[in-house]
Amino acid sequence: MDPNETPQCRRNLEALQAKAAEKRREKEAAPVPVIHIGSATCGIAAGALDTRQAFQEALAERGIEARIHTVGCVGHCYAEPVVIIDHPDSGFPPIFYHEVTPGKARMLVKLFLEQGDPRFEHIYGATIENDMIPWVQEFPRFSMEHRLVMDRCGRIDPEDIFEYLDDGGYAALAAALETEPSDIVAEIGAAGLRGRGGAGFPTAKKWSFAAATDGEKFVICNADEGDPGAYMDRTILESNPHQVLEGLAICAYAVGASRAMVYVRAEYPLAVRIVTRAIEQARSEGILGESVLGSGFRLDMEVFQGSGAFVCGEETALIRSMEGFRGMPVHRPPYPVEAGLFGRPTVINNVKTLASVPPILENGAEAYRSVGTADSPGTAIFSVVGDVVHPGLVEIPMGTTLRTLIYDVCGGIAKKKSFRAVQIGGPSGGCLPESFLDTPIDFDSLIEAGAMMGSGGMVVMSEDSCVVNVCRYFLEFTQKESCGRCTFCRIGTRHMLEILNRLTCGEAVEEDLERLENLAHDIREGSLCGLGKTAPNPVLTSLRYFREEYEAHVREGRCPGMMCRPLIAYYIELDKCARGCDACVGCCPTDAVFTTSTRKKGIDLELCVKCGECMVACPPEYDAVRKISPAHLAPVVERSPKRDKEAKDKA
Amino acid sequence: MEEKLTPEESAILEELRQSIRGDDSQRSRLIPILQKVQERLGYLPPEAVKMVADHLAVPLSEVYSVATFYNQFRFHPPGKYPIKVCMGTACHVRGGEIILENFERKLEIKEGETTEDREFSIERVACVGCCALAPVALVGETVHGHMAPSKVEGLFTRIQVQKEIEEKRRKKDGSE
Ligand SMILES: Cc1cc2nc3c(=O)[nH]c(=O)nc-3n(C[C@H](O)[C@H](O)[C@H](O)COP(=O)(O)O)c2cc1C
Ligand code: FES
Repeated sequence: MDPNETPQCRRNLEALQAKAAEKRREKEAAPVPVIHIGSATCGIAAGALDTRQAFQEALAERGIEARIHTVGCVGHCYAEPVVIIDHPDSGFPPIFYHEVTPGKARMLVKLFLEQGDPRFEHIYGATIENDMIPWVQEFPRFSMEHRLVMDRCGRIDPEDIFEYLDDGGYAALAAALETEPSDIVAEIGAAGLRGRGGAGFPTAKKWSFAAATDGEKFVICNADEGDPGAYMDRTILESNPHQVLEGLAICAYAVGASRAMVYVRAEYPLAVRIVTRAIEQARSEGILGESVLGSGFRLDMEVFQGSGAFVCGEETALIRSMEGFRGMPVHRPPYPVEAGLFGRPTVINNVKTLASVPPILENGAEAYRSVGTADSPGTAIFSVVGDVVHPGLVEIPMGTTLRTLIYDVCGGIAKKKSFRAVQIGGPSGGCLPESFLDTPIDFDSLIEAGAMMGSGGMVVMSEDSCVVNVCRYFLEFTQKESCGRCTFCRIGTRHMLEILNRLTCGEAVEEDLERLENLAHDIREGSLCGLGKTAPNPVLTSLRYFREEYEAHVREGRCPGMMCRPLIAYYIELDKCARGCDACVGCCPTDAVFTTSTRKKGIDLELCVKCGECMVACPPEYDAVRKISPAHLAPVVERSPKRDKEAKDKA
Repeated sequence: MEEKLTPEESAILEELRQSIRGDDSQRSRLIPILQKVQERLGYLPPEAVKMVADHLAVPLSEVYSVATFYNQFRFHPPGKYPIKVCMGTACHVRGGEIILENFERKLEIKEGETTEDREFSIERVACVGCCALAPVALVGETVHGHMAPSKVEGLFTRIQVQKEIEEKRRKKDGSE
């Protein structure tokens, strides 16, 4: 590179930063309170848009000046809609409110913004240290997280490139453009960055292979996120798209590619919109296009919408789908870095991998290595769902134990239940029992335990969940998503699913367990791509660690977690049932609950669909509805034939 | 089941025909074009698939082979109120299946189907991204969290009320 030309990038960046600072000053010119509302998919789902509207209306009605600031997701999904109110004139620090319904929003405008009372009973915490309100960093959910990739998520407006620039964004790219590409690859190598798409492949190695090739090349950001219970990639794209684009641009420069694509699934309309807009903004500010930040390096970027096939997350299948074919994996080698999209060398990296790149270059490899473990440096991002008190997205240093993550960061098991299992890595991952809770979370330890980092989905199961049932669920998913190319995966998973179906219906026989295990091993050995190779993982690990649960299903027709509906029954304990109460009768969707001659209630097991609604409806002071497994243990209460007929006619 | 195109659909299809003419006809445009068509029509009627095949000079069977591979594409019109029930992991653990069954029972159709009056359709989706609210169902784009069988009933009542309000408004607008 021409040494006289290099300062250009920095000058251009500085000009953009000045523009960003100017925009901020303009916004902050009027010293009004700021209301930050988390409006990523999770927030919107919980009603953030209604909340925003309520704020707007209440402000207008009362003639109060305040600025509403739309931000992405803070990761605290259990608390959505999340609102942070920064009202310096009140003398209070910025306050974090949770579950802000439209009603709460109106109340806060009136009482806090107008009258200065922050309503302590609704406060979650303050976002800075102070001596009035507990600082959120004192809560484990905040202090134990280490936000490297998601640092800006929930702080900035994802649809405004200037907020990212003003927060130091694109500085890593500007600096990278003044560095030799090989030095960038070396720095990423020194940081020990491993791919967050599941397998943990060293990123620098992948880049250096691609850099060594000639001619046209492509770089692709893999945001296909097929795991049916994970949403980290989506959240990052929706909350801070520019960090991913910056990482992708650096990757393109480092390997010498002039075209980059972001492969986002079409089911993520908000992410698609935000990324598309982010690319447009970057282009119009000269960060993408003919000459990136005036460096002379050319980079075009576009969004490709994935059409929702789990297997398309696999890199060769992803490429096939971009070329306009069925997304079926092809044999590797050749690897995409040799012959990928349209036969050209192609680097494919996960969203989180790319989002890790700017902070690494900014703070240096050393700083990155100071977090995490020696072999898995950096942070891990999980979407923790299921029976925990505080589900949501968490970013923790690699090496944190499962116990810390589940009990400290996520608040432990909900409803004071006991822990049964944790499923890590989605459909390709495994199920681990309590004895593995001290396993550190890193690529290698998880694989050793039989699970894997996989997609980063984590499902925590309490005693009320059935491991066999959840494994059946994952297998049903992989079986459906199997592309059908290789026999082991196509037919093998079907046989496995049939056995699991029998198990969860209580129709399995003793030999089925062995058959299941053999099939699982064969599929693992014989499948072509990662989908088939990992599909048996949930079953294999659970057979290893939870065999007694499988045996209970086979031998006793009993589901220990009472989740497999064919194996359970509901009944009403007559001693506890109250005569005058009709709660369960009213809520039953199939009229299975009936009134007995004593005006107490019974359940018609023939009509009952086991939805459990009556159990929820039964007032806690009576607590009369019981669930039991195996089903035949439920006491039978006879229904009078007349009523019986009526109900059946109605049904 | 063979649906006839409604007059509006035919008009949209005609518009699409004009607009894709200017589109690249490389094979790699196949999926983006199908997406564009589905975005406008809500599904891929046979006429539209044929149009895409002709434009790209790809055999019709090949276009179907690709389109049917992906979950995104549908070949029947969705209902006016498309109901999507989340079958993601978190929702499964919290009883998503029970919610699906309730919708199916209530509408007397199965997932993947549309009611005869084209008012409702039921679909299963995987993880809507708000697992903390599991189980989740969507009506159109609106997410409803913490679903329960009784809430399914409530939803239909709400839709009914909404319809009546719209009806009234339309009448009012018409008379003005
Ligand atoms: C069945 C299957 C599904 C996959 N799904 C994803 C996915 O959703 N997102 C992703 O980034 N990688 C996924 N991968 C991994 C990719 O093939 C690839 O390894 C990854 O995108 C590389 O990025 P990384 O080096 O940054 O990890 C999947 C792999 C398999 C076998
Ligand atoms: S699993 Fe239903 S929203 Fe995530």
